[in-house]
Amino acid sequence: MTRILIIGATSAIAKATARRWAHEGHELYLVGRNLDHLHEMAGDLKVRGARSVECAALDVNDFARHAAVIDAAAVALGGLDVALIAHGTLGDQKVCEQDFQAALQELNTNAISVISLLTHLANRFEAQKQGSLVVLGSVAGDRGRQSNYVYGTAKSAVATFMQGLRNRLHKSGVQVLTVKPGFVDTPMTAAFDKKGPLWSTPDVIAQAILRGIARRRDVIYTPWFWWGVMTIIKSIPERLFKRLSL
Amino acid sequence: MELHGWGRYPRQEAHVAEPLSGQQCLRAVPGASPLIARGQGRSYGDSALGPKVLSTRYLDQFHDFDPQTGVLSCAAGVSLDDILRTLVPRGWFLPVMPGTRFITVGGAIASDVHGKNHHRDGTFSAHVASIRILLGNGECVDASPTDKAELFYATCGGMGLTGVIVSAVLRLKAITASDILETRIKTPSLDAVLEAFDANAASAYSVAWIDCMARGSSLGRSILVMGEQCTEGPLVAQQAKALGIPVDMPAGLLNRAVGKAFNAAYYGRTRSNAQPSRKPFESFISPLDAISGWSSLYGRPGFLQYQFVLPKESGGNGLREILQRIGQSRLGAFLAVLKLFGDANANPLSFPIKGYSLAVDFKAEAATFELLDVLDGIVAAHGGRLYLAKDARMSEAMFKAGYPRWQEFEEVRARWHAHGKFMSTQSRRLGLA
Repeated sequence: MTRILIIGATSAIAKATARRWAHEGHELYLVGRNLDHLHEMAGDLKVRGARSVECAALDVNDFARHAAVIDAAAVALGGLDVALIAHGTLGDQKVCEQDFQAALQELNTNAISVISLLTHLANRFEAQKQGSLVVLGSVAGDRGRQSNYVYGTAKSAVATFMQGLRNRLHKSGVQVLTVKPGFVDTPMTAAFDKKGPLWSTPDVIAQAILRGIARRRDVIYTPWFWWGVMTIIKSIPERLFKRLSL
Repeated sequence: MELHGWGRYPRQEAHVAEPLSGQQCLRAVPGASPLIARGQGRSYGDSALGPKVLSTRYLDQFHDFDPQTGVLSCAAGVSLDDILRTLVPRGWFLPVMPGTRFITVGGAIASDVHGKNHHRDGTFSAHVASIRILLGNGECVDASPTDKAELFYATCGGMGLTGVIVSAVLRLKAITASDILETRIKTPSLDAVLEAFDANAASAYSVAWIDCMARGSSLGRSILVMGEQCTEGPLVAQQAKALGIPVDMPAGLLNRAVGKAFNAAYYGRTRSNAQPSRKPFESFISPLDAISGWSSLYGRPGFLQYQFVLPKESGGNGLREILQRIGQSRLGAFLAVLKLFGDANANPLSFPIKGYSLAVDFKAEAATFELLDVLDGIVAAHGGRLYLAKDARMSEAMFKAGYPRWQEFEEVRARWHAHGKFMSTQSRRLGLA
């Protein structure tokens, strides 16, 4: 029975992943802003087979509370085997361009808060010499492009931080997994026109996460073809890329 | 965004709201313009189309399950597939399952779906203990056969026109094995298959695959498929690993010649076996689910499914007449399914009545519309009706003739604040308020 902490538990990908974990009968600790949503989710996960589900409220931008929430989760579950950080926002790029406060908010939510949580979790996992730290990154972090570079910057920062952690925690036997989904049909992407083969679903990402943990992967692109797409994107010389409208 | 039903006809632009919770749902309703709820959009025509659509895709939580009694409480956006994958391994089944498991609980109630076991177990609503409905005045109420009964009965089969179904309490059926024991009988004519239905009335499940293109002495040749729940064996629900059909096929792919050949081959290669064979329940109950997006085999224009039921007394003659008409037309008719229903229930708009139901697919082309108007005449003359969940073109007159309790339905809707609040493209076409 695995003891799993999920931060940003009510997000679509976290929900789909939690459901798969529930089906396998694990013990879950859900953290999010809305306690009512979390309790409703807990009820659902128990029907699906979770051995136990507990909840706690946290706004991830309240950095001062991170350590306490993580400690409470560890106490409730008797330890932590997996931590999944899945919260995020997709701000309006145009607004962020004009208003630094908006950009700062995006960077805090999507990068700084994640780094804070990882700092506490990394220390805990290093000491216990086992476990998996899993973070939802994005293909958007692989290269800055004009349509979403504030979001991309945050995801890029997190990916680099995870690289450093991976290097540091390797000798402790802790898995550090960066999940990079492409376009996923969720409430966060509600404003997009969602047709086309590039769009995936939360459950596909969830399956990739479970597989990635089981196979001790470092970085996964999901669906699989995004590895190829981003390899090409990353290889385009800057003097050419700067002219594109991606 | 552009929406359509399973038949991909008609297509319509809609503003779609996707509330994330019951609370958000509440805010969507008291607005000015009427709306219609939409689950997985698996009704064939325009039952879940309209200028304003409320999608239940994020209302997909289980609330509670009692493993002693099999009583399940869940949000209306939960799919039957989700229920099966979660609870079949623990020894619980849905008492009534339609031909696809990719529909929501809300949709199953709104269409009051039926399965291959209708003659014994009735419709989906027979196993629903209560429903929570969001009414047109913004109020949320619980209805059951013993509390607000008229609202309950109107909602079951009411095509979402009484309000938004928010959640429901279902009674599941205990099973000890998930496989179905299947027996097939080849019946060379319409009379033979109708007799076979009667002779095998004791079967738990029964349905016939009928060759709608056969004519003359082979008119109505069929394969009667019967099933019994296995009592021993594994409890398994397969993950849907469907063969996808990603793009619209050329519109001419499924034409008359192809249809004739396919039907003849399907009938020909089936051996009538007296030996029952064990099948996973998915392939017995919902075989087409294995081909995801099969409707795009019909190409961009889409297709129409025509499903009607005729009262048993004159049903045989009506069927014969209809099969002859279909045979005479130059139109390919695929995947035709014949079923003998059991008794009707108390719901004003529930489709099944005691008699013969035939469901047959046609390409959505001009000649099909003409043929279906002719068939409407035959169905009406025999006192039958069409299935609203499959309908994309029936007239107001045909609807009111087939569902004489429509006025009662409208009165119940008026009492429960539904008029002008819940409307679909279909309900407008059928002359409902």
